[in-house]
Amino acid sequence: MADHTHKLEIFRGLIKFKSNTQKIVGVLILLSIVTLIEVVLGIYKPTILNEYFLNLKLLNWIFIILTIVKAYYITWDFMHMRDETSILRRIVVWTAVFLILYLTFILIQEGGYIFDVFDDTSNYIKKDF
Amino acid sequence: MQTTVSPNSNDNLWDGGNKPLKASYGKMMMWFFIVSDALTFSGFIVSYGFARFKFADSWPIADEVFTHVPFVHGKELPMIYVAFMTFVLIMSSVTMVLAVDAGHKMKKAKVTFYMFLTIIGGIIFVGSQAWEWATFIKGDYGAVKTKGGNILQFLDANTSKRIAVSDFAFEFVNEREQQQEYNGIWYQNESSLPLFSIDEVIAGMEASPNILIRTQLLNDKGHKTILTREESLEILKSNGVSVVNGANLIENEYGVPLFANFFFFITGFHGFHVFSGIVLNIIIFFNVIIGTYEKRNSYEMVEKVGLYWHFVDLVWVFVFTFFYLV
Repeated sequence: MADHTHKLEIFRGLIKFKSNTQKIVGVLILLSIVTLIEVVLGIYKPTILNEYFLNLKLLNWIFIILTIVKAYYITWDFMHMRDETSILRRIVVWTAVFLILYLTFILIQEGGYIFDVFDDTSNYIKKDF
Repeated sequence: MQTTVSPNSNDNLWDGGNKPLKASYGKMMMWFFIVSDALTFSGFIVSYGFARFKFADSWPIADEVFTHVPFVHGKELPMIYVAFMTFVLIMSSVTMVLAVDAGHKMKKAKVTFYMFLTIIGGIIFVGSQAWEWATFIKGDYGAVKTKGGNILQFLDANTSKRIAVSDFAFEFVNEREQQQEYNGIWYQNESSLPLFSIDEVIAGMEASPNILIRTQLLNDKGHKTILTREESLEILKSNGVSVVNGANLIENEYGVPLFANFFFFITGFHGFHVFSGIVLNIIIFFNVIIGTYEKRNSYEMVEKVGLYWHFVDLVWVFVFTFFYLV
């Protein structure tokens, strides 16, 4: 970004801003709306969203997806990832994403296994006494 | 071919003028630091997930734990205060990015102003977190711990709302005193005693027929299991050992001890990042004021510290989701 130019469109060009300041305000509004949705869902917890999809409640899926949306806009627009070269973007994002996915899979899988051991009805392990 | 590194043959390669990936040395190193720090944080958050899956049927419900708002007493307002904190941090991120933007345009006064707002936002956030910690440590209703380390909480049967131990427990006359260095066995002491002993709670519960016990176990609907009056009395008498108020690293009144441990560790580590971010911001703020970057003819330093500050915001977005929402 040495030449001080910014890419001024978000949503793949759906919304175009005239200046960088305007884009910042636009992203702020977007992030505020997403946070507001999260907070409202978090307070009311609609019962329709208690269905399970892939072992996780729909509500929790929504929270996680909205979080990733927020993370995307913070990184791309506030941290100017949008203006960096694509290779720098890949070095940073892919490294983190792959390692985190792997770590998540291993630890969540293992946590679930330990839960099953504790939950074993044959009562080898007693935790409520 | 933006992916290839092609130095200008006349430049000295090793004197720092080289910019592979079109990013300056300092900025790229900040990105690499952020990647490694992101992995540290994901390690913490994922181990929180591990503990949570391990105790999937008895994990505390965050909405019932973080219900307080400063200056508002006697009301349960889950999410409100933490939403405020999130908003403060996003706002300070915005003022930071505005400072970076003003820096590109070499507007010293604007950079100073926005940096100042960023620092204020950070201080408000850390202050709020300190308050959140204090409330969490102090606790509100109190609970009874069982022999197996589980937590029993108390409910009013008529309103099915939580009721504090101090509202119904009897106070026997001075059963036992805290041992301090100068009494009992010399030079031995113990931590302060809980406000009530288990016998006082049992006596209080027998005297007030409208009190029920709630265990940690979650039912199909995701609510905590409520025992009948007979079951409540029985479990309290046979399993109860001590009264727990608030939270520490060994036990807490909200449920599984790991819940408090991870809360302290993850929000603490994040808070420490916010703190160091504020310190960096203050240093840069004064550098801006004395004109260091004006002389250098580049405000890139503001951009680098800005990257760190946005990263702190980014981490909070995840902490917010996994601690308070999910």
